[in-house]
Amino acid sequence: MSISSFTSVLIWLPIAGALAIWILPLSRYATGALAVLVSLAEVGVWIEQAARFDFGRTGLQFSQNTPWIKDLHVSYHVGEYAFSLWLVGLTVVAMAACVGYGFWVGRDRPRAYFGLMLFLTGATVGVFVAQDLLLFYAFFEAMLIPLYILIGVWGGAGRLGATIKLLIYTMAGSLVMLAALIVYGLKVGTFDLVDAPSSPSRWLFLGFMLAFVIKAPLFPFHGWLPDAYREAPPEVTAVLSGVIAKAGTYGMLRIAIAKFPEPAHYYRTLILALAAAALVYGSILAFRAPDFRGVVAYSSMAQSGLIALGLFSGTTLGYDGAILQMVAHGLISVSLFLLAGTIERRTTTDQFALLGGMARGRPALATLLMTTGIFALAVPGSASFAGEFLILAGSYQRAWWWAVIGAGAIVLAAMYMLRLISAVLHEARGSTVHDEALDLRTGELALIVPLVGVLLALSAWPAAISHHSFAGDVPSAVIAEQFK
Amino acid sequence: MIATPHVDWFAISTILVLLGSSGIALLGAVLVPKPWRRTFAATVASLGALGGIVTSVWLYVDSANGTRVISDAFYRDRWTALSQVILCAITLGTALLAKEHIVRGDDEHVAEFFALLLASAAGMTFFVGAANLMTLFLSLEWFSIALYVMCAIDYDIEGSLEAGLKYLILGGFGSAGLLFGSALVYGATNRIGFAEIAQSVAQHGLSGDLLLVLGLALILAGLAFKMSAAPFHMWTPDVYVGAPTPVTAFMSSATKVAALVLSFRVLQTAFPQEAHLWTWALAGIAVASLVIGNLAALVQRDVKRLLAYSSISHAGFMLIGLSVGTALGARALMYYLIPYAAMAFGSFAIVAVRERELGVPVTLENLAGFGWERPFLGVAMWFFMFGFAGLPLGGGFVGKFYVLSAAYDHGWTWLVIVGVLATLVSLYYYLGVVRAIYMRPSSELALAGGSPPRETLVNVAVGAALVVSVGSLFAVGPLITLAKHAAATLPF
Repeated sequence: MSISSFTSVLIWLPIAGALAIWILPLSRYATGALAVLVSLAEVGVWIEQAARFDFGRTGLQFSQNTPWIKDLHVSYHVGEYAFSLWLVGLTVVAMAACVGYGFWVGRDRPRAYFGLMLFLTGATVGVFVAQDLLLFYAFFEAMLIPLYILIGVWGGAGRLGATIKLLIYTMAGSLVMLAALIVYGLKVGTFDLVDAPSSPSRWLFLGFMLAFVIKAPLFPFHGWLPDAYREAPPEVTAVLSGVIAKAGTYGMLRIAIAKFPEPAHYYRTLILALAAAALVYGSILAFRAPDFRGVVAYSSMAQSGLIALGLFSGTTLGYDGAILQMVAHGLISVSLFLLAGTIERRTTTDQFALLGGMARGRPALATLLMTTGIFALAVPGSASFAGEFLILAGSYQRAWWWAVIGAGAIVLAAMYMLRLISAVLHEARGSTVHDEALDLRTGELALIVPLVGVLLALSAWPAAISHHSFAGDVPSAVIAEQFK
Repeated sequence: MIATPHVDWFAISTILVLLGSSGIALLGAVLVPKPWRRTFAATVASLGALGGIVTSVWLYVDSANGTRVISDAFYRDRWTALSQVILCAITLGTALLAKEHIVRGDDEHVAEFFALLLASAAGMTFFVGAANLMTLFLSLEWFSIALYVMCAIDYDIEGSLEAGLKYLILGGFGSAGLLFGSALVYGATNRIGFAEIAQSVAQHGLSGDLLLVLGLALILAGLAFKMSAAPFHMWTPDVYVGAPTPVTAFMSSATKVAALVLSFRVLQTAFPQEAHLWTWALAGIAVASLVIGNLAALVQRDVKRLLAYSSISHAGFMLIGLSVGTALGARALMYYLIPYAAMAFGSFAIVAVRERELGVPVTLENLAGFGWERPFLGVAMWFFMFGFAGLPLGGGFVGKFYVLSAAYDHGWTWLVIVGVLATLVSLYYYLGVVRAIYMRPSSELALAGGSPPRETLVNVAVGAALVVSVGSLFAVGPLITLAKHAAATLPF
């Protein structure tokens, strides 16, 4: 096996695992174990790949290119840039934790469930490594297929409405992107993202951006978010906000900014304004939300706004910070949603009114929620602080008021996260919190502690990502030159 | 003595194989004792269809240069051969499905059904190679008459007779229009051969001639009727619902393939000078089909009716490929037909299974829980619905991409946008089916058919459809090459 096929392995290994699970008549336990094994193998492959990655080199690495539809110049072209490597890493780690969570709680209909989770892993990795527009689109859409079923079957009471909203919203965006990519690809004569020249067309830029701002989501395209995040099973919500939302911001960088520099410049203020609106509005909504998942859901929207702020500031610091923040926030939000899941399992609810006082007698839960919570509010020294600081510094270089808005939102973040922590852990004991509700069990710790561990490591050395996302650490140059 | 033309028997071998097996099946209706009749006829039909696949593949390989044979009445080329392969494959699937699912509980006239199936398949395989207005009309009637009877064959079901009658009367109108149109075109050009019509128009400067244009319009209407494109779709929902489901499966896939493939040839070969008219006319029909098919499907509860409207909307998509009238459009059309036929056939086959289980028409309500009771068929339905919707779970995705590319390539960005909007609308009802089979609790549905029978043949047929629809996503390259070679014999 040549090194360059690592990327393909990362896509197709989980999909093969999904097929195996669907076809083989395994027992409930064996199915879950196989799925966990496959997702751990994914992590292993990724670590091996990261170890072999040459961060000093410009251009695509681990790439493979085979013609797919010859007469329209569509190819199966996959490969990784440094920053896509980090996002793939986020995906495989987060998916492994979420698959493990599904195994731990013993989801019904395990063969269908684990197959879909693995399929989702493959599709999401595909989005981050695809270097062909149609292939990117195919994976972008393919993520929705398992999500639809995962939310619709294993979700909460209002799941049917939530799935329809999710699908209609996101498909509306991506179908516009389909039209845009057909026009763009045929106009420039290739669908290859590396070869395709940049385009000055504002319409095409907006077509692509629509899909990404819905996926991220930015204000005012977040209509699908509260229902989907509240109704999905916790580990699926974790994937949605931790990983899938990042596909939106990734697309902004890889396609919208890299391929449409002139329109990106033209619409910069508009998008920065939308991003700032998402940041502030999301933070306020998070502060007002009456439930655990609501807070984390809206805070995800706020963070997407922050990431977009960094990306569209168009500065070196902004790009670096955005990548770091994508990974850091991904890990934080996966941890938080999984913690929400463990709390829901103990108390049957995530409404603050019914929770409270959970810290007493549950030191592990308290410690983990507290740690993740202060990561989320970007306490100085944390990875998310590093990310936010870079983004704010970058947007300050664009114009000082963007940084002011961003800094204001960070205060809001402290408010909603502290409110969450105290509402769950402290205050008077809630009516649904019983003594029988135990502390986190070994299995749950085994899922969440590694995530928090990675966050701690990134806090110690944020430059691992922020200095290793673009060759030579000159993102503007990389985006302007080497993506073409 | 009458001089007979030289007959290239090989060129019509597929038709002969199908007709021959039709005859054998019909003999079986008389000679084979009743207990074995169903098995015998189904076996003959499957073997006949297999034989048809073999001969048409052979024909494809052996007809690199398209020629006209038998007094220039029939095309021996790859466009014909490739569509024959598709048609025979659909026939094979229908035979497997019909073995258990056609006129159940009555083996008296079951062999006739298989004879008719083969006869109509033979008619279609002739139709796609027609080279003049005469063979066009004859073969159209040939397969249509067989289909009329097939729709009405289960006369114990009220809807079946009604469907047959409706299809007969409305089909009669369609055929009459086509015939009248042919007469007008002949009147204008004095020719019936497709190529000769174009020649004559060019020689005598007939382009824009009123008779010719009127004739073309009537021919188009007759063909649009067969492909159930709006506004000539009125019969489709009623007939699809009333006809025995295996017949619906056959009609929704095979008839459409035949009509679309032939239309492309007629328009390209006989009426290239009128392209400025028919491209726009077909674009209009495509848009009408997309709008009507998708909007009407939104409110359907009966799954067969829903799929009927979905087939109208897909006629719209394929008409986009047809309407642009370019080589890219031809490839797009030919490619699209492959996953489409597989998905249409497969989804109706699954409906047939559920129908048998329940003993009542399948609605979204009584599909509840189907996916968990029948994991394989559920997953297949899931793939077909998402494939129809253009999600990347099968070739339907690339098909849509292709026809929309063809539209853009032709300069019709507006048609791309219409197609995209139509896809968005269609999501709602396709997802509705998936929602029904997986996400609704199965209520206490009385399974009239008793516990699910083990239907290996149906599973094989659905499995094959699934393989084709998913496989066409991965095998785009080879399939496009096939389609490209097939389209190479058409004049552009």
